[in-house]
Amino acid sequence: MKPAPFKYYAPTTVNEALAYLAKHGYDAKALAGGQSLVPMMNFRLAQPSVLVDLNNIAELFYIRPAKDGGLLLGAMTREAQVEHDPLVAERAPMVHEAMPKIAYPQIRSRGTFGGSIAHADPAAELPALSVALNARLRIRSQSGERWIPANEFFLGFFTTAMEPHELLVEVALPPLPAHSGWSFLEVARRHHDFALVGVAATVTLDGKEHCQQARMVFFSIGDGPVEARQAAEVLRGQTPTAEAILEAAEVAARDDVDPSTDINASAEYRRHLVRVLSRRALSEAVERARGA
Amino acid sequence: MSDLLNITVTVNGTPYGRNVEPRLLLSDFLRHDLGLTGTHVGCEHGVCGACTILFDGQPARSCLMFAVQASGHEVTTVEGLGTPDNLHPIQQAFWEAHGAQCGFCTPGILMTLVPFLEENPDPSEWQIREAISGNLCRCTGYQHIVDAVKRAADAARA
Repeated sequence: MKPAPFKYYAPTTVNEALAYLAKHGYDAKALAGGQSLVPMMNFRLAQPSVLVDLNNIAELFYIRPAKDGGLLLGAMTREAQVEHDPLVAERAPMVHEAMPKIAYPQIRSRGTFGGSIAHADPAAELPALSVALNARLRIRSQSGERWIPANEFFLGFFTTAMEPHELLVEVALPPLPAHSGWSFLEVARRHHDFALVGVAATVTLDGKEHCQQARMVFFSIGDGPVEARQAAEVLRGQTPTAEAILEAAEVAARDDVDPSTDINASAEYRRHLVRVLSRRALSEAVERARGA
Repeated sequence: MSDLLNITVTVNGTPYGRNVEPRLLLSDFLRHDLGLTGTHVGCEHGVCGACTILFDGQPARSCLMFAVQASGHEVTTVEGLGTPDNLHPIQQAFWEAHGAQCGFCTPGILMTLVPFLEENPDPSEWQIREAISGNLCRCTGYQHIVDAVKRAADAARA
């Protein structure tokens, strides 16, 4: 199990990296933390002929406060750094709580925030989290830059709206609106293993106990982040009582997901988990929204 | 075969200069080029934890890095912990509690635990089990390993 040969470049600036990506196109892969790409290369599921290592590009490693009260994360910021950063804990508590659920310390020490999003593994936490938080993704190429909202970024299994010559350089996380709560839950067979099903949920109340918006974005249950749109409609404008939450959970499990069976769990069990996680996540998010 | 690149990696305090192919995994570099076979190779896709080393002081999977990426950086392997005559306190605790069993997973577990115990000098059993959740042992139910970690933590605080 050894990777196929490749040419290796270790640029120190984004411009230099973009030049390599533009020159080599589909033959090149950008190497971030490598915790997903290198296993694929070891299995030879991925055989890029050119590897552009981003680990020496200092300008991609940062966590900064944004003017809107949110956060700006450089794409190469290590998951371990995000996990332990006090500004993240203060401004994006859902991200803070989700980070330790991602694999193991040995993975998070190398794995990067932007790398996980760009890799678009349907079982990964950060793609779903970025959709739930309305993250905006700053994409650069030699011809300029564009911003893609997270909910338009994930096109399917390991597929994103980025072109081969483009690079994700920054993730902007806006703050949650006033009177909002959140919840991030997953069920895995072993702690920190890939989730059988997970959910990132946010609830915004109108200040009078009515639900302005309730969103649930599931992962590990489709070919990308799966938003429970019909469950959200059940709660819109309603008082989020235990009964209303139960009904939304039923709808999420019945209408919003289409799970498949694999070696880890049956479709039926995954649907059951969606129902259970929906109830727990919405309850927790409502409780936090009431306290917010 | 692609071009060779010249790298210098500091391993256990000693700088090593070598010419390597870019595709050479750090785990294979340590074992084959440097002869440091204490770092074990199990799954080679980041799941089993046997190849865990410290990369600039942080635990990392050496099978998920290329040797070229370690150039200019510091790597600590299990050989850097202690010697047979002068065991590291964690190694001593593993020996006393029979935490090694067959020993295949042990180097990776030790390298995971060194930074863990520095950050958590008085860990609960739950924290210990969570800390080693990224390291697979196929011999036992992990009980002796957990005992060894408690023993090491107690000894360090005594």
